[in-house]
Amino acid sequence: MNGALAIAKREFRSFFISPVAYIVLGGFLLLSGWLYFSTLFLAGQASLRGFFGVAPVLFVVLVPAITMRAVAEERKSGTLELLLTFPMDDWQITLGKFLAALGMVAVALACTLPYAFTVASLTGAGPAFDWGPVFAGYFGLLLLASAFIALGLWGSALSKNQIVGFIVGIVLCFAFYFVDKFAPLLPDALAGVFEFLSVDYHFENIARGVLDTRDLVFYLSLTAAGLVLTARQIQATRL
Amino acid sequence: MPSSMIRIEALTKSYGPTQAVKGVSFEVPKGQVVGFLGPNGAGKSTTMRILAGSINPTSGRAFVGDVDVTQDPVAARKLIGYLPENNPLYDEMMVVEYLRFVADVRDVPKALRAARIKAAVERCGLTQVVSKDISQLSRGYRQRVGLAAAILHEPDLLILDEPTAGLDPNQIVEIRNLIKELGREKTVILSTHILSEVQSTCSRVLIINEGRLVADDTPERLTTSANEGGNTLHVVVGHRLGQPMDAQAIRTALSVMAGVSAVEVAGDEGTGTLGFTLRYGTDDVRRVLFDTVVKQDLVLLELRRTQVSLEETFRKLTDTRRAA
Repeated sequence: MNGALAIAKREFRSFFISPVAYIVLGGFLLLSGWLYFSTLFLAGQASLRGFFGVAPVLFVVLVPAITMRAVAEERKSGTLELLLTFPMDDWQITLGKFLAALGMVAVALACTLPYAFTVASLTGAGPAFDWGPVFAGYFGLLLLASAFIALGLWGSALSKNQIVGFIVGIVLCFAFYFVDKFAPLLPDALAGVFEFLSVDYHFENIARGVLDTRDLVFYLSLTAAGLVLTARQIQATRL
Repeated sequence: MPSSMIRIEALTKSYGPTQAVKGVSFEVPKGQVVGFLGPNGAGKSTTMRILAGSINPTSGRAFVGDVDVTQDPVAARKLIGYLPENNPLYDEMMVVEYLRFVADVRDVPKALRAARIKAAVERCGLTQVVSKDISQLSRGYRQRVGLAAAILHEPDLLILDEPTAGLDPNQIVEIRNLIKELGREKTVILSTHILSEVQSTCSRVLIINEGRLVADDTPERLTTSANEGGNTLHVVVGHRLGQPMDAQAIRTALSVMAGVSAVEVAGDEGTGTLGFTLRYGTDDVRRVLFDTVVKQDLVLLELRRTQVSLEETFRKLTDTRRAA
């Protein structure tokens, strides 16, 4: 576990040394800010609904941009070999990378907290403001990001090319986002399956403030699957 | 307590259809500094990587101390300090940050961390550059950073894959001295294709070619075994009074000397001089040679002892075209 934490710490710091972090953060805040303030000023509603509605789409691009270099860069510069000779199990490398990316997403989300505070003060509810849906929304976004990170890491672990990692990540994340968008046109049984596979569907459930174990299980298993694939891909370097 | 630090048994490694290591076995006792020699692509790096734990062998076993690197990889890696080929480092980090990271991952106890980093920095001569970015360092300094990171956790065994590759002559000498110093207390296995490096730092040489071990001896013994026909003296003489000389007569006079096995006329070495090549056994024939030359009314202009170098041994052992 110490190894994973050390790797996470190093990785998290290195985000802020490269300009990528600032571009990604800036882009995310710009888009989410524009969405939030357009609902606020144009529609005249103080609500986070617009933000939570579009955040999953933003994450489809944001998360792969964060994870694309995670393993690919180590492969390219040869430092992966160093990691492989450190005294720790292979899953610790994957876990470290995962934690660092999750930390980065958490930073991005923390930057949007002012929206929540403005909503709380503008609605005039004061101390009576219902924080439940806000917490649920952020919690759901973190779960969704976890799943996306795991998928993005696998993309990054495939080759030494960051762009490959980025594209594979986007395609996978988009697939899991888009899978239920045609569900209404499908027969009920099939639609149910597609909905269950959709990260967006589960996010909407959680954002509504309903915490169902099925949603949790979905995110956790998708995350676990991505991480296992990533660890195996890293392990394959030893062969 | 096992007496050997490294034990490798019938190790093989295949990458798809190509077999990089074809059954290598050797043992390295504690405290030895071993040079691992071979042409590029001979399987040096592959063997070292298996030992360091970054790749798995296809078959065979490798032990560090008494730990099998495939059975208990984490325990084995704890005993090893490894400097990979090309010395990959996190360029965006400061030297001290990088060393702290390695100490973290290596689980150096918190209480010892600062002292260990300080010791490694001083030992590797990094004091001047601790707060510089690694990307700003010269190759020599990068190599020192890699070495410092490899010794942070005070491993028993150091595996150095081409530690002096790409360095300028001054840097090579510095790194070599550092390795020599580390070799006083640790077992070291280093790969190289610079032969003088082996002669100056190692007490034992392993030569590997096309995935097989072809020689295993001390540098001195390898050199002498290549000199099987004995040692060679190169002699240039001239007449004392500048008169013409009879090459054959001188040759005969030299050949009858005790201990000399063969004499060849090497030809003119400028006007009024003659060169000879003497093969002799183990006895030193230089005194007798001097007397003989004087008796012949000659003066000794040049006397040079040539030894077949490790270079030639290496070329003989690894030149597959000649062997085939």
